[in-house]
Formats: sequence, C-alpha cells, structure tokens
Amino acid sequence: MTENLRVKSSEYIDETNRISFKFNGKTYHGFKGDTLASALLANNVHLVGRSFKYHRPRGIMTSGSEEPNAIVQVNPGTNRTEPNVRATELEIYEGLEASSQNCWPSVEFDIGGINNFLSPFFPAGFYYKTFMWPASFWEKYEFFIRHSAGLGKSPTSNDPDIYDHQNIHCDVLVVGAGISGILAAKNAAKNNFKTLLVDEKNELGGSTIFENNEFNKIDNKTPSEWLKKEIEELKNIKYLEIKTRTSVAAYHQYNYLLARENLTDHLEEKDKTNKIRQRLLKIRAKKVILATGALERPLIFNNNDRPGIMLSSAVKKYSEFYGVACGSKNVFFTNNDSAYESAMSLYNKGINVEAIIDIREQSESKIVKKLKEAGIKIYWSHSIVDTTGYKRLNSISIMKLSNDGASVTGSKIFISCDCLGVAGGWTPAVHLYTQSGSKLKFDEERQIFLPNQNTSEQISVGSCGGDFKIDEILKNLNQKLKDTLNINDTDLDSIKVEIDQENSKRNIWLLPSDKPLGKTKPFVDYQNDATAKDIKLALREGFRSIEHVKRYTTTGMGTDQGKLGNMHALGIIADTAGVKMGELGTTTFRPPYTPLTFGTIVGRNVGKFFDIFRRTPMNDWHVENEAEFENVGQWKRAWYYPINGETMYQAVQRESKAARESAGILDASTLGKIDIQGSDASEFLNRVYTNAWSKLAIGKCRYGLMLNEDGMVYDDGVTTRLGENHYLMTTTTGGAANVLGKLEDYLQTEWPELDVYLTSVTDHYATASLCGPNSKKIIKKIIPDLDLSDENFPHMSFKEAKIGNIQCRIMRISFTGEHSYEINVQASYGKDLWEKCLEAGKEFNITPYGTETMHLLRAEKGFIIVGQDTDGTMTPIDLQMDWIVSKKKYDFIGKRSLYRSDTMKEDRKQLVGLLTEDPNVILEEGAQIVSELNQSPVEMLGHVTSSYFSPNLNKSIALAVVRGGKDMMGKQLFVPMENKNINVTVANPVFYDEKNERLNA
Amino acid sequence: MFLINCPYCGERDQQEFKAGGEAHIERPKQPTELSDDEWAEYLFMRKNIKGIQFERWNHAHGCRKWFNMVRDTSNDQIKAIYKMGEKPPSQ
Repeated sequence: MTENLRVKSSEYIDETNRISFKFNGKTYHGFKGDTLASALLANNVHLVGRSFKYHRPRGIMTSGSEEPNAIVQVNPGTNRTEPNVRATELEIYEGLEASSQNCWPSVEFDIGGINNFLSPFFPAGFYYKTFMWPASFWEKYEFFIRHSAGLGKSPTSNDPDIYDHQNIHCDVLVVGAGISGILAAKNAAKNNFKTLLVDEKNELGGSTIFENNEFNKIDNKTPSEWLKKEIEELKNIKYLEIKTRTSVAAYHQYNYLLARENLTDHLEEKDKTNKIRQRLLKIRAKKVILATGALERPLIFNNNDRPGIMLSSAVKKYSEFYGVACGSKNVFFTNNDSAYESAMSLYNKGINVEAIIDIREQSESKIVKKLKEAGIKIYWSHSIVDTTGYKRLNSISIMKLSNDGASVTGSKIFISCDCLGVAGGWTPAVHLYTQSGSKLKFDEERQIFLPNQNTSEQISVGSCGGDFKIDEILKNLNQKLKDTLNINDTDLDSIKVEIDQENSKRNIWLLPSDKPLGKTKPFVDYQNDATAKDIKLALREGFRSIEHVKRYTTTGMGTDQGKLGNMHALGIIADTAGVKMGELGTTTFRPPYTPLTFGTIVGRNVGKFFDIFRRTPMNDWHVENEAEFENVGQWKRAWYYPINGETMYQAVQRESKAARESAGILDASTLGKIDIQGSDASEFLNRVYTNAWSKLAIGKCRYGLMLNEDGMVYDDGVTTRLGENHYLMTTTTGGAANVLGKLEDYLQTEWPELDVYLTSVTDHYATASLCGPNSKKIIKKIIPDLDLSDENFPHMSFKEAKIGNIQCRIMRISFTGEHSYEINVQASYGKDLWEKCLEAGKEFNITPYGTETMHLLRAEKGFIIVGQDTDGTMTPIDLQMDWIVSKKKYDFIGKRSLYRSDTMKEDRKQLVGLLTEDPNVILEEGAQIVSELNQSPVEMLGHVTSSYFSPNLNKSIALAVVRGGKDMMGKQLFVPMENKNINVTVANPVFYDEKNERLNA
Repeated sequence: MFLINCPYCGERDQQEFKAGGEAHIERPKQPTELSDDEWAEYLFMRKNIKGIQFERWNHAHGCRKWFNMVRDTSNDQIKAIYKMGEKPPSQ
C-alpha cells in the first residue's frame, strides 16, 4: 500500500520539500503543495471514510470544497482538533495527523458496516417510522440514536487559537479567481475601482491553470500558460487586493458578504502559536462579481460510491496539478466531452487509460478523435450497470443503453479497473447568487439553473453564469464588465481564441441497470447515503415539495449540503413526478457555503470580551476590599463585602444593621442620569411622569414613576430641579439606556414642538450614597461650612457644595428610609470622595454595603424595585401607589390605559407584604402563593417577588404580588414548597418605620 | 444586513439602527375622550404587510435620530427614507 503514484511533474508540488504526516495512525509522506487528499492518493490510499448510514467504505471523490466523502478529523485528541475537514482542501504540513470519521474500530474494519447488509430495513424515513411507538419509549431510543449520530468529534478543551473580524469596504468584490475572476478583477482595478479578489484555494487560476488541452489556445498559448502570464501581471496593479485561502461563506442583501480567511491552518504546529488562525471578513461591496465557477456532476448508477470512483475533473486535477495518478487502470464514464480532456491528461503523462464509456451515440471533436487514434477503447451508447470491489473499485460491468435511455440491452461486458472518472456535465455554482436574494431560471436545453433576476449590484461571470467554453467566457465577460463597470474598453477586446470544445451532452438523471431499482444502490447524496430509491419512495409516499423530499430523505443535508447530488435529486423527482425541473424549483441554498468554525464566528468576543462591562470610578476600592460583584445590566456592582470569611447572608445582615444603627455607604454611580434642559423641561416631565412637576421649586427633588403607554410601570427614580429650565433625572441602573431612548422617541416624533434637550450623564458623575443616623455628622466633617439643618437642607432637596476644591451636588434623598445624602462628583474624583467619606466615618463605624443590603433595606420600607417587584404587567394602582398618579393632569404617558376595563379590574395581581407564621422561615423569591391546599388543580394567586430576613425587625419579610391582594390584609395564605407548606399572612408592605420618622432622625 | 442611508449621517450598517415599528401612527391628542376600543386601536393594532410598509427607524448607535423608511418586506428593498414630520412619498 505504500507504492508511489507520483508522476512527473507539477510546478505546484515542491518535491524538494518532503512532508511526513499521519493518517489513521500510519505515517505517510507527501510534498509541500499537497492536500491531504492528493498525498493519500499518491500513496494509493483511496479508502478514507465510512458513509453515515450504511457505513459503506468511501474514497476521495473530488478535489475541492464540494467533497462529500473524504471528511476527516484533524489532529484528534488535541485541543486543536476539528471534525468534518475536507481532505481535498486540507493542505498538509509536517506533523499533521488526521483520522477517518464514522467508523469503529477502524476504517478498514468497521462494525457499523453491518448496516450495509441491513440496508433493506433502513429506507427513507426509517427513524420517523420506527421510533414512533410506543411514544413513551422515545427517551430510550434517543439515547442510542444520539450515540450513533454525528460524524466527527468536537474538541473538549479550550480552543488555543486567536480569531479575528475585519470590516472591508470595496468598490468591487470578485469571488473566485479562475480565469473569469482574474480578468474581471484586473480590469476593475485597472479602471481605479478599489477591488478585492478572493479565492478559497491557495493558488490562483481555478481549473484553467491546469488546462493544457493542445486544441484550445488563447493568443496562441495553452490556456494554462496564458493565464499564468495574466496572474503575474496582477501583482503590480494598484487598487487590487488578493486574498487566497478565503472562502465566501454568506452573501447577504445589500452586497454584504462574510468570508473566512484561513491564515494558519496550513502551517506546522509550532508556527500556529500566537497568530490569528482565521479571520472573518465582513465585506460591504458596491458591486459584486461572482466568478464561482461550476461543479462537475457525477452520474447516478448502481454502486456508484466505491473508493476509486471519482469525478473526472478531479482525476484530471490530481494528475495535472498535483502530479498524482489516481489509479493504474483508469476508466472514464461520461455524458459529455469533459472526460476526454481528463483522459487526454492521463494519456499525455503515460498513465494507463483502459476505456471510456460514453452514454452519447458519438462525438466528433478533435480530442475524441485523437484518443481514438491513440487506441483507447470508447464504448458509445453504453452505461455502467454495476461495479465491484468493497474497499476499492476493481471492476465495472457495462451494457448497451436503449435509445430512450430507460433500459439496458445486450450482453454484459466486464472491465477491470481501479479508478473510474465520472463526468456528468457541469452545474454552475449559483449558491452565493441565490443567497443574495436573486432568482434563478432553469435552462431546459442545458439542464442547468442560471442566474436570472439580480436583486443587488452584481453580475455572474464565467461558468457560474452559464458560459463554459473559453471563447464564450471571454466574450460575455468583456461585455458584462463594460456594462457593469461603465467602461469603454478592456484587456479582453483583442484576445484571440481557438477552441475545440463541443457542448453535446446526453442528460440522464438516473441511469438504468439490468437489475430492478429495488436491488440497486444508486447514490444521490453520498454523505447521507440517500439513494435514488429513497427519493422515489418519498414520492410514492406522497411527498411532493422538493423541500419535504429533502428533509424526509436527508438528501443534501450533509456537511457538503449536497453540492454534488442536489441536481440529480431534482431531476429524479421531476422525471418521476412528470413535472418540469423549472417548475419544481430548487431547495434554498443557505449560508454558509462551506462550514465555519465557531472561533471564526465569535472572533475576539471570547472570555472577558464575551460581553462588554462597565465599572464605576470606585471599582478599584471594591476590588481591593474583596467585594463580591453582581452584574446589573452591563455594570459590575459591588454585591456585598464579606469580612473574615462571612457568608453572603452574614455579610448582608451585618451591613443592614450597621446602616440603620450608625452609618452605611453605597456606590450608587450606576444609576442612570439624564440631564434635561430647555424652556419646556417642566412640561416635558409632566407628560412623562405620572405625578405633577410644574410646581417643583428649584433646588428640590421629587420621586417619579414612568409608565408605558399601556399603563404598566416602566421605570422610576428621583429627579432634581437644578434651575428654572434644568433638571437632572435619575433612572434605574438597568433601564437608563431604554429610558433615554423612549424619551427621545417622544420628543422627536410626538412632541417636536417642545424645547427640550436630553443628555446622558450617567458616566459623568460618581455617586456615593451615605445613610444612617450618623450620616449628617459625617457630611459635617467633610463639608464643615454647609448648613445641614432641616430648615436649610430638608429631605428631598439639593445643595451645591465643595469638598475641598471639588465641586459636588448633594441630594438629601433616601432609598433606605434613613436620613441620607447622595453626593455626586465628577467621575474622576469618585474614588477620592468614597475614601474621604470612609475616613470621616471611621469613628461612626461607617460600613460599606452592596446592592444586596440596599435591596433588603428598601424592602423593609416597602419600596419597589422596577423589574423585581414589577414585570411589565403592574400598574401603579396594582403597586398600591395611587398617591403618585395625578388626577388633575389631563394627560401623561400611560394615563388613558389606567382606565381600560382590564386595568381597572379588582382582581388584578397587587403588591402586598407577606409575613411567615414562623418568623425564622425565609420565603423563596419566585415561590407560588395559594389560598387552598386541597384543591386540584389549585389556583395560583401570585408569587413572592422579594424576600429577606430583616435584622432590624428580627423576622423574615417578603413582598409579593397576589390576585386581589389589596383586600386580603391579615388573611392567611400558603406558599407550598417541595417538602412543606409555609403559612403566611398578608401584611402592609411597609414593614419598618411606617411613619417615616427616621428620615429626619 | 441592510445598508441604511440615515438622513443625518449617510450610509451606515444596519447594526447601528433599531427598528421602531409601523410609522405614521400618531398619538391621540385627547386620549381621555377615546373609548376603550379606540384607544386599543392606537395602542395595540399594527399592520404586518407583505410588500410596501412604512416604518420608523432610529439611528440608535449614531445620531440617535428617528426617521421614516419605506421598505418592501417581501424582498427587503428600501424604497425611500425621509425625516420625521416630512410627508411620506406617494405610493
């Protein structure tokens, strides 16, 4: 098995650079320039994998990204392992390891191969039909199905590589660097269009670069020689950028394309480190030129999947480009002239061609004549009816095809061979074209789908646009370029082309065998093991839509997305159902064209960059003092400050007690702050808040509740009147951006007549909230000259002051019910302010507290948190906050909705307090509340929204929303838990200091 | 991914924008005079047209301005863009 099938010689293979690699644990050698596929073929390895369903041995089919069979696990068992890599695209490097997938214990001996012999029991829809009954068994089936499903293995440890995203804007994007793409890019760039040319391969030139057919000439040179000269000229064009190993994955609307640029996959392990592995290019192009080429079609005949059966174009590429003979006894099977070019290539290199089987009656082109003269046997009007060889093709049998192509006649001829090149014609690669939203039409004569209605600035050139012959390609390309780029002349005007290419083709979607269809295995989708039989079965069972047949038979649903077989599936459906292909349409081609790694998709947004976060100016202090943090929106907020190994519960109890007994300090910098200015600012606040604002004096603060137009509570916060036409609004931490957006919306669209300007100043100020009976003394120490008397600086008022030289705004407002001050300074002084307060508060045992203690303290007072005690279905009335809803104002956002029949219902869920019978039992937030225990089904009255153990009351307290709760004061309810039922009593939600005496304490 | 021509900033990527639902639904000037049904009509009812639709868009991660867009929802072609307060183009 180690014989060398390398033939002299290819300029793309560097035979001085020998590379060793491992495949299925065995060491092989190849050369720089080889793909894994070409290197394996040079070592005469065809068997590379097992098929998905029947575990049939499979070989390398193609030489490109359309490969359905040769998909391998790269570097198995490492953190760089990747499944489903196409061996035909994987460039080998020293130390590469790869292994076959979907086989156990080995690709040579695969237990699953038994499925092949059981195949009569696995028709299309096998799973749907078999695992339906009894329904309760699904979980048992699922276990086994999941274990046998899937191809490769995903890595189990972190990806060591770096990935990146890049935005690119260009005038012209050319996709595909075959002859059409190269000429298009060259002419665009030469006419000063900023042009980007991308190709999925590592070399430019597409298939023309190894087109050495002596009967085709461009300017008296072979196409390959001529194109090399063109490629050489690309280097010096100013506005042209070229990216190889770059595969366009998706073509979205408005010429927005995503491409993956592969940067290190072809490098040795040691050269991969600290480099960007793959880059996702986000390309916005003014014009897109698709030059994606065409994919050769296989032919569908009995046992057409054995290792050694390949596309004819692949046999040619391996011989011409990689210098590898795919077999020693080669046969071609064709319906057009393409196979003759492949045969000629082998013949010229001295590789044995046994025969050519052609389903056509004849062809008169020069190349056919030349091969005939060379003594190669051509069987006209013949078809292959069967093949043999389990792990490698060893013979084919052929019979004469009837005139209508529906059956075979005469006697069987056996031909011994080890490689069969199959040529079924060419399918334009229109995948990206249709992804862009553009529409195809079916060309009945040539049996291909072609671009028809463009929806964006785009053209399709070369074979993806339906031009297969070099003279047609150049002529049409020339005209399309002139039209689309609006230029008068191109390089292509003066090119002379001689060709000997004939288009004659005989298209038979499913070739007949001497056996009935039921006894044959004509594969349509190689990867998913869907045969022509399965498709016909689906039609017999009543499926008509191509989309349904696809899903039922899994045709085209593999990692290759049916690039080879989809057309045949359509053809077989059309023939069987007696409809025209054009009427049948195609399945939808969805991105990505070839699979993308997760790394490429996420780029740099991993680890700590997964989501952006915001930190307050005091953050460093919190970190130094070992605070635990919680995420609030994008903010990292200090949650609690454990001391000496305290649990969260212990820390919060301590912090809560300290704040009420002496002094506490909270970092409140994250609260949203919106600066509101303009002569209509008061009127504006009147319209957006439920309460009245016109009479708020300068220097005073007021709490406001904001509703949605549907009457539900949206946000709350204190707003301060800084001047006649100047307010500072605070919002909840999480709601800041949305509130600003909503206010802007009303200002710009509903009330453009108002003179109001909104500016977000959340990040401009740092805020320390100082509370507790000693807070006044601490402020006095920091700002000795400020008059803190209740007369000069009462609750709900504001003063400007200076702490040293630092200007600050102090609001006397309270979210804890204690005497408290919120001090705002310019953000850069935030940490300084914080430390000054702590220093001054030392003698009062000032205790920093986090968000959890803040929540507890406000719950003792029955203050709501929007988003915790409300959920978008609570009106202010439901919250028992009728006092804040102005009856006098004619209108405000949401007012009308408070009088809808639904919002006025008596039995809406309403906010109440709950006290547990046993004061030591703390309810779970989210727990359901019922009034009956022995009812089934039981009516759920509501749920607990906030629950804590109050150290200041020495009992547990909870807030809850309960249906009709307002009228249940003192009533006993139950909170059923998994192991017990908790008795609770409905109470006033204000648990602590009901008369608000502590505010002025 | 659309390319949206913000009337204040020029062509920008769709990810800078936020869609704001159907356009030209004016907030009633006197909500208290409306019946429940009339208010519900304003509050809840929105069209979902296959074809030409008038929409509000906001350049949320840009100039923060709201504007109107005419879009064919069947193929996502943007037919027109105009500022708030301007007359919609005739159909």
